[in-house]
Amino acid sequence: MLEFAVELFSDYTARTILLGAASLGIVSGVVGSYAVLRKQSLVGDVMSHAALPGIVLAFIIMGVKEQLPIFIGAALSAVLAVFLINLVTSNSRIKTDSAMGMALSVFFGLGLVLLTYAQKMPDANQAGLDKFLFGQAEALVEKDVLIIGVTGLFALLVVGLFWKEFKLLCFDPDFGGTMGFSMKSLDLLVTAVIVSAIVIGLQTVGVVLMSSMLIAPAVAARQWTGGMGSMVILAALIAAVSGVTGVALSAGFENVPTGPAVIVCVSVIAFFSVLFSPNGFFTLRFKDARSRREIKKDYVLKALHDLALEHDDPGYAHSERLLALGSEKGFNVRKSLSQLKAAGYVERAGEENWRLTPSGIRQIRELSPLERSG
Amino acid sequence: MSSGEQSPAVRVTDLTVAYGDKTVLWDIDLEIPIGSMVAVVGPNGAGKTTLIKSIQGLVPRVAGVVSIHGKPYEKQRKEVSYVPQRGSVDWDFPTSVVDTVKMGSYGDLGWIRRPGKKEHEKALSALEKVDMLEFAQRQISQLSGGQQQRVFLARALVQSASVYLLDEPFQGVDATTEKAIVRILKELTDGGKTVLAVHHDLNTVSEYYEQIAILNVGLVASGRVDEVFNSENLMKAYGGKTSFFPERKSSRRAV
Repeated sequence: MLEFAVELFSDYTARTILLGAASLGIVSGVVGSYAVLRKQSLVGDVMSHAALPGIVLAFIIMGVKEQLPIFIGAALSAVLAVFLINLVTSNSRIKTDSAMGMALSVFFGLGLVLLTYAQKMPDANQAGLDKFLFGQAEALVEKDVLIIGVTGLFALLVVGLFWKEFKLLCFDPDFGGTMGFSMKSLDLLVTAVIVSAIVIGLQTVGVVLMSSMLIAPAVAARQWTGGMGSMVILAALIAAVSGVTGVALSAGFENVPTGPAVIVCVSVIAFFSVLFSPNGFFTLRFKDARSRREIKKDYVLKALHDLALEHDDPGYAHSERLLALGSEKGFNVRKSLSQLKAAGYVERAGEENWRLTPSGIRQIRELSPLERSG
Repeated sequence: MSSGEQSPAVRVTDLTVAYGDKTVLWDIDLEIPIGSMVAVVGPNGAGKTTLIKSIQGLVPRVAGVVSIHGKPYEKQRKEVSYVPQRGSVDWDFPTSVVDTVKMGSYGDLGWIRRPGKKEHEKALSALEKVDMLEFAQRQISQLSGGQQQRVFLARALVQSASVYLLDEPFQGVDATTEKAIVRILKELTDGGKTVLAVHHDLNTVSEYYEQIAILNVGLVASGRVDEVFNSENLMKAYGGKTSFFPERKSSRRAV
């Protein structure tokens, strides 16, 4: 495997392909953050699927698998889908999600029909149009990577220039509108940037999975950070690493298309983040359990203390049964007592009785006034 | 602003707004004098939020003209601060309190230019005014409802405008925050600024405001609170048993 990796990175063609995958990752991580922050994750999905008929039509019309016409065809049909969604939702009672579902299946279905037709054309095999479904990074040549790089730079430049305007658009478009920023233009600009990211991902990742390349890195990054700038940068990093790893994996195993390989990588990172980040599922569960345990211990400690006060003797011993009655909290007092014993705050006094240790008495004073008072 | 001395802070003339086949605001004429604190009241669906939004061109007007200090709103954007409803944004958005407040300076900065040190200082001093300075670096997702409202107010203060339009600034905030916001709004009007706020609690109208606009699709009444805030006008707006006029025809009659 190591040998393979060395070979991969030293080979010129391989370096070109990896560079393409990394650039694509950076761009889709950055741009995808905006799709996620605007709650438009599904729009990316629709647009990438809707690119297919444009790709195939461009090929049928031009007769060759030429980069630029295919990119333009893809962009046009993706934008047309979004335009139709807006048209339908603003002129009928059909809701956005239904309109998006329809647009996705209609465009993708049309794309598949056209693809079947195109593959029956004489030079279809050289064309390898079906690679646009799931992506094939091995086919990337220098010229492709150049186009990815230039388009990507354009997207990053736009995001950099309109950073503060895009933030307004995502967070509070009405407020932005009152300050004289045209939210309509900004909306178009963001859409343009998303479309360009999708277009450059078509060859590497493919139309079916490109939306995950936009969404998953942003979702993963959001779990780790609370700032928009750091989220965008982290998303770019995650997507770039996934892109490179995915390409390497797909090259290392026979017949694994690049798209699925890249998406598996990025999904693993996203899942891990959702589960284990500081605000992740398991972390929150763990914190929750710990704080419940601490609260129960404090209750028992306080109950011991209150009873001791009644007897004017801080070290007065009480039976476990009395403590359980006094606490009235409906939880396992014995368990809390043994945890307190392990911490050295209480000790056994005879068979059934418990008393506070000096360190337990000190611990009582550590409790907040709210917890100490009855 | 030299020609604006005589003009009211806000003048709304013949304003009508419709969504689809529903008339939301009908032929509103309203003048807000400079330095006044005005409550906009009315039942649900009376068009209070729509009024605030249509003044700022956020919803298209079917008819009508809005002028701020005697000039069309479009030329006077910088004179108007907007505090939207707290619930209109996603408070889980990844940003800090101070960066949110800084958004108030974006209008002055114009396109592309980024906020710098000056804008940061401004944001901090606005946060100090709303007693939120210690929360400057906090994530906005960690704020309580009252704190969110203070942040929105601070963002509007950064705009240093002369007219403040607030949409339900007291919605779901605790008594302390309500009093603090009222105090800040009073300071604004004492300093010659004009405040127009959508208000729900009829019990506090007399205490907080000197002017009122009672709305139900049409303008039922407007003027000094002690003159027009009476049961007759409230009956007209809120109705006896029926809470508001759902039909377009009846709403026209009400004007």
